[in-house]
Amino acid sequence: MNLFAKLYYPLRKAWKAVGLYLVIAGPGIVVMVADNDAGGITTYAATGAKYGYHLIWFLLILIPVAYYVQEMTVRLGAITKRGHAEAIFDGFGAFWGWFSLLDLLILDWLTLVTEFVGMTAALAIFGVPPWITVIAVILLMALIVLNGRYWTFEKLALLFCALNLVYIPGAFLVHPSVRDIVHQGLIPNFAGGFNGQLFFFLMANIGTTIAPWMLFFQQSAVVDKGMLEKDIPWGRFDTLLGSVITVVVAVFIVIVTGTVLPGIDIDDAAQAAHELMKTDRYVGTFLAIGLFDAGLLGAICISLASSWAFGEIFGWAHSLNTKIRQAPWFYATYFLMLVSAGLVVLIPQAPLVLITLFVQVIAVTLLPAALVFLILLLNDRTTMGEGCNTLAQNLIGGFIVVSIIILSTLYGFTVLFPAVFK
Amino acid sequence: MSAFRNLFAKIRAINARYHEPRIVMSGAVRLSLLVLRVYLLALVALMIYKFILVVTQG
Repeated sequence: MNLFAKLYYPLRKAWKAVGLYLVIAGPGIVVMVADNDAGGITTYAATGAKYGYHLIWFLLILIPVAYYVQEMTVRLGAITKRGHAEAIFDGFGAFWGWFSLLDLLILDWLTLVTEFVGMTAALAIFGVPPWITVIAVILLMALIVLNGRYWTFEKLALLFCALNLVYIPGAFLVHPSVRDIVHQGLIPNFAGGFNGQLFFFLMANIGTTIAPWMLFFQQSAVVDKGMLEKDIPWGRFDTLLGSVITVVVAVFIVIVTGTVLPGIDIDDAAQAAHELMKTDRYVGTFLAIGLFDAGLLGAICISLASSWAFGEIFGWAHSLNTKIRQAPWFYATYFLMLVSAGLVVLIPQAPLVLITLFVQVIAVTLLPAALVFLILLLNDRTTMGEGCNTLAQNLIGGFIVVSIIILSTLYGFTVLFPAVFK
Repeated sequence: MSAFRNLFAKIRAINARYHEPRIVMSGAVRLSLLVLRVYLLALVALMIYKFILVVTQG
């Protein structure tokens, strides 16, 4: 009885903290899990098949990298109450503003096409024709956003985030050797020596972990959710939890393909699912479901990132808390992006491989600019006040940003000139 | 036609509203933006070079 009395208040306090977190939870987890989109799943599946468990340690390093970058958008959004696009226009003028906005539009649209490619390929494994997938996805996404409440969108998105965890039971089904995972995966090593191909894979993994649309999405989501300065610690926790989940899911994908498909060259995640179907039907099904879910979640967030950005700049109503009649242009942009990207996938002989390559190259033009602007905006004391970057945050953030810029530029370079790193 | 006219008017209004960068243009900010411009120009030059290679070599 005495013990119960002692535990009662700490437990009640902890329960209240969990309840409060559940109110604030959302933007960080959604953006991070959505980052494991169709392209991300392909990269992790290919990494596992190519290098087994040997690059798991590298994926774990990406947890703080993703956290430090995205945490800055939480502070910027909560303090300025502005999305990233508006912050760039306001801070750096119209030239850099238009550059960022148009680059974001092109990049988001091309990425949306790749999400549809992933979703149609995933459901094709179950015999669903692409046109049915495209129509069903557009209808589903309409239902998610048209209810006129940010809260409903966010909780539905969190449900899809939970579905992304399907890779974890999938990994247990293939019975990987825990000893091998610990010995090969957790001790930093470069399997087969450091060569051009390994470097390409490392860069691809970084490229899929930090994407430009993520900065725009999370900052706008923080504003739309109405987060305040006092919510920043919870926003940080939400972002940290999201970055841990996204990397854990990536590690489990690597474990699945590293166990079942070692040494096989994987070009896309649907191919990996096909290969897995041959060895274990359930695991192949899990990978296909996960690929569809990843594409869907990515598509929801990417199209919203663009709609929010355009709404901020053109002064349209741009909140998910508005009905379609109150914010017609916001929803029109959302559906225009979605429908046009979906239609491209249905065009016979569409240059989908070329589009996928373009995504990587254009991301390289936007990512450094968005990251530089982010660091500069976080050092603007007149706007940020106490939320300004500290010296330690600048050193860590600056190091991460410079590293990402160098590596993503080299990645873009290898996409343009593949022979250089062979 | 009036829709386009409205759109251009809107774009002009946006350009006027954000004509001056609000951030204080300290030495570090100027240097960062200069490096960014050089970086982007180099990247565009690289893409044009790649495009020419693709066109000429098929």
